Amino acid sequence: MTFPDDLKYTKEHEWCRIKGNRAVVGITDHAQNQLGDIVYVELPEVGDSVKKGESFGVVESTKAVSELFSPVSGKVVEVNDPLSDAPETINEDAYEEGWMIQVEFGDAKETDELMDAAAYKKFLEEETE
Amino acid sequence: MAQRTPLYDVHVRAGARIVEFAGWQMPVQYEGILAEHGAVRERVGLFDVSHMGEVVFRGPKAFEALQRLFTNDLGRCADGQAQYGCLCREEGGIVDDVVVYRRAADDLLVCVNAANRQKDYDWLQGHAFGADVANESDAWSQLALQGPRAAEVLQRLTSVRLSSIGTYRFTDGEVAGLTCLIARTGYTGEDGFELFSASEQAPKLWTALMDAGRAAGIQPCGLGARDSLRLEMAYRLYGSDMDDTTTPLEAGLSWVVKLDKGEFMGRQAMQKQKEAGLSKKLVGFTLTEPGIPRHGHAVLQEGKPVGAVTSGTKSPSLGTSIGLAYVPPGLAAEGSTFAVDIRGRAAAAKVVKTPFYAKKK
Repeated sequence: MTFPDDLKYTKEHEWCRIKGNRAVVGITDHAQNQLGDIVYVELPEVGDSVKKGESFGVVESTKAVSELFSPVSGKVVEVNDPLSDAPETINEDAYEEGWMIQVEFGDAKETDELMDAAAYKKFLEEETE
Repeated sequence: MAQRTPLYDVHVRAGARIVEFAGWQMPVQYEGILAEHGAVRERVGLFDVSHMGEVVFRGPKAFEALQRLFTNDLGRCADGQAQYGCLCREEGGIVDDVVVYRRAADDLLVCVNAANRQKDYDWLQGHAFGADVANESDAWSQLALQGPRAAEVLQRLTSVRLSSIGTYRFTDGEVAGLTCLIARTGYTGEDGFELFSASEQAPKLWTALMDAGRAAGIQPCGLGARDSLRLEMAYRLYGSDMDDTTTPLEAGLSWVVKLDKGEFMGRQAMQKQKEAGLSKKLVGFTLTEPGIPRHGHAVLQEGKPVGAVTSGTKSPSLGTSIGLAYVPPGLAAEGSTFAVDIRGRAAAAKVVKTPFYAKKK
């Protein structure tokens, strides 16, 4: 399992890549592995507001439904629409092709509260103990 | 503490992901549910279903007693034949859905659901009508070899001529030198076998089957694929699609209720229910809008809840969202439309004929 160093992570297993005041959001390699074959995603639309820590959509595997929680608050400016026809992309490439939404955020302080790769790895180890 | 089958260590070594199901630590998947599902539809898969229970009726009263506890007609089940049906309470509620393997009129094996092992035994023992009832669940392991290449794989390990065992028939025989009850039954909709053997033999039998199946592309399978395979066939799952509060008529199992076979537990209640008409019925449906129906989602008619989804998934074989739901009789006919409340969004659904999936010829 990989956890790129240039990303920030949440305890709910989302990642985000910060570019200026934009955050690209997806779920981690660990999350996709735990879910198993992803067969459905439900994402917000461009222009929708999302709030840090609140649900912005769901991913579903054959067996289970899992909510997606936003790492930041702001407005959705891009959605990875091809995922709705090819949700398995999230299993195959969680950090690049499997990105879900891009959010324009207002409060940069929110991103400071997110974990870096080392902290997330440690968090995972503690969680599975 | 959850129980483990004799194959627990084999599963862990093979990289299975273990979950707790009905008080058992069972593999939910090895490779992935879609890969395992596909292997059973296209080739052959091997499942550990040792969590299932076995209750045996013996003695001169065995046949008569079980006939009074079972909704189907064991009089139409020959020695060496298996029959699916329900055990019902006096009021018609389903205690369990089971398969009876009739070895002889004085020796019938009842295969029960894992979650119901003790409940069924208590129920059957409490209404034994003079039969000897034994809970042999711990003594037996069960492996299910399922898929179009199952017979070819199993034939390599046994001198029993498998082509002589018809669907829902069984025989005693040796597989890889181990004594088994070899039954042409299953829960996947594919051709296949369920092998009952002494618990301690399960790891040997598993390994022999995996080796014999290598060339055919055998895949070990978990409960995830078992569930998606059974749902494509609209096979009911006890505890999800039905329970003690639903009758077989409501659950769409009237084909295994023989009201005219003579007196049996639940007969009078179901006779009355049939005459009065049902208030709900389990139907198969597909979504005609995006989403995946799940157990517990409400069925909506004109925005009001009128029923509930009991099982749902995205069918790996068909690519569409399928499910089972209790609906009012007025919505039960094929082609009827309703909506499913998926997290506050009403997704359109249509009642369809089941099974959802038709086996490849």
